[in-house]
Amino acid sequence: MRLYLRYLSIHVRSQMEYRTSLLLTMLGQFLTSFAALLSVLFMMDRFHQVQGFSFEEVLLCFATVLMAFSLAECFARGFDTFARMIANGEFDRILLRPRGAIFQVLASKIELSRAGRLLQALLVFAYALPRSGVAWTPARAGVLALMVLCGAAVFSGLFVLYAGLCFFTTDGLEFMNIFTDGGREFGMYPLSIYGESVLRVLTFVVPLALFQYYPLLYLTGRATDAAHALCPLLALPFLLPCYGVWRLGLRRYRSTGS
Amino acid sequence: MKAYRSFFRIRFLNGLQYRAAAAAGVATQFAWGAMEILMFRAFYLAAPASFPMGFEQLSAYVWLQQALLALFAPWMLDGEILEAITGGGVAYELTRPLNLYAMWFTKNLAMRLSRAVLRCAPILLVAFALPAPYGLTLPPDAVALAAFAVTGALAALVVCAFCMLIYISTFYTLNPMGVRVVVMSMTELLAGGLVPLPFMPDGLRAALELTPFAGMQNLPLRAYSGELAGAALLRAAGLQAFWLAALVVLGILLMRAALRRVVVQGG
Repeated sequence: MRLYLRYLSIHVRSQMEYRTSLLLTMLGQFLTSFAALLSVLFMMDRFHQVQGFSFEEVLLCFATVLMAFSLAECFARGFDTFARMIANGEFDRILLRPRGAIFQVLASKIELSRAGRLLQALLVFAYALPRSGVAWTPARAGVLALMVLCGAAVFSGLFVLYAGLCFFTTDGLEFMNIFTDGGREFGMYPLSIYGESVLRVLTFVVPLALFQYYPLLYLTGRATDAAHALCPLLALPFLLPCYGVWRLGLRRYRSTGS
Repeated sequence: MKAYRSFFRIRFLNGLQYRAAAAAGVATQFAWGAMEILMFRAFYLAAPASFPMGFEQLSAYVWLQQALLALFAPWMLDGEILEAITGGGVAYELTRPLNLYAMWFTKNLAMRLSRAVLRCAPILLVAFALPAPYGLTLPPDAVALAAFAVTGALAALVVCAFCMLIYISTFYTLNPMGVRVVVMSMTELLAGGLVPLPFMPDGLRAALELTPFAGMQNLPLRAYSGELAGAALLRAAGLQAFWLAALVVLGILLMRAALRRVVVQGG
């Protein structure tokens, strides 16, 4: 942990050196998700509700997913760019060092610029929390925190899975984007609006709905049982197969050469 | 002219080599399109009367958009050109007895075209096979198809001319991130990449239809399904042609100014 903090402070300091570049990237991140927010606004303005969810409730969804995603991207970005690490032989150096590979990849990159998206998520929360019609209790606030944290864990798991698959392909797999970037883009609405079968896939295969749709039902009072409230925790076992693929890939890793 | 043609050919054939990447792209874009249509379906069910176009027309819009993404997406820039400007490679380009603007424009167009050619066929085939309101349907008549072809070609040129402005801005800023990041993030929305223009509030939509953004993908995709036809279509296509000319002239002027004071970095 101390070592991780050490890495963290190095990354923060090195990125602060290029302040303009950092600020511009942050601005870009902010504007990109702002464009997505505007598209939600346009749609909700025209249709007023989608599957019974109001604009503010959709915003709650939007902010939860955005925040979970940007947290994951901020800290687990090393896995997201892992294909490059394998391709340029950087990973061989990592294997030489006396620390776990997962730890080092995790510490190899920390993206401060994701703060742009994080800020957006916070602003949307600030707007939507009081207006969403949710009767806030400590329990409900706890569930919301759980949604964000477990969401970040699931997205990180996806990044690890992606990196694990890179061992087999040495190239990035564009298809994974549908779950990571796609999860962020389409997770701005409650995942049930995409229909039964999509919801089932996103519950049992890639558990995006477990930290988004089901606990949202609890927050908005559509469901009152503890099962819905604690759903985000059920998403955590998803990390195991992700880690498994990574282990499997690591065992058959061959360097790509110089 | 012959030189530009061969540049076009080289870049086009070069782009055709990346077949594995294209296959992965096809799968992603197909899944993306499907999710998008499911999303619009939910809104359609919520309030069918508020839906500004027929559902089949929307499906056609989404599938064509995914199939021709490489042709119309304004954020797809040619890394080689940016590299040439920031890395100093532009010095070599300048020694050639060719017009730099025309050369880069040609390369750009060829890259987009080759990517689109590789990707569009499988997406279109599957989209045509999908059941009624969710799949891609044939255009209502030959006029719509012709309008799609003409405005589509113009749209690809408008996108290239727009991207040229971004490349040229790199001459001034040297750091491609700044302008690019700000412009790119908003262009997608303004061009109708996230939601088609008819879904936007009326005032904004009317304003956007006057800008070059409307001619980037919104126009051909709507012309195809006959959603935009008659006088409105002619007017939009006229504006598109006007913007194409304006962007090209602006690009050529800016480039001339930039080249007059270009300082090649490094040695």
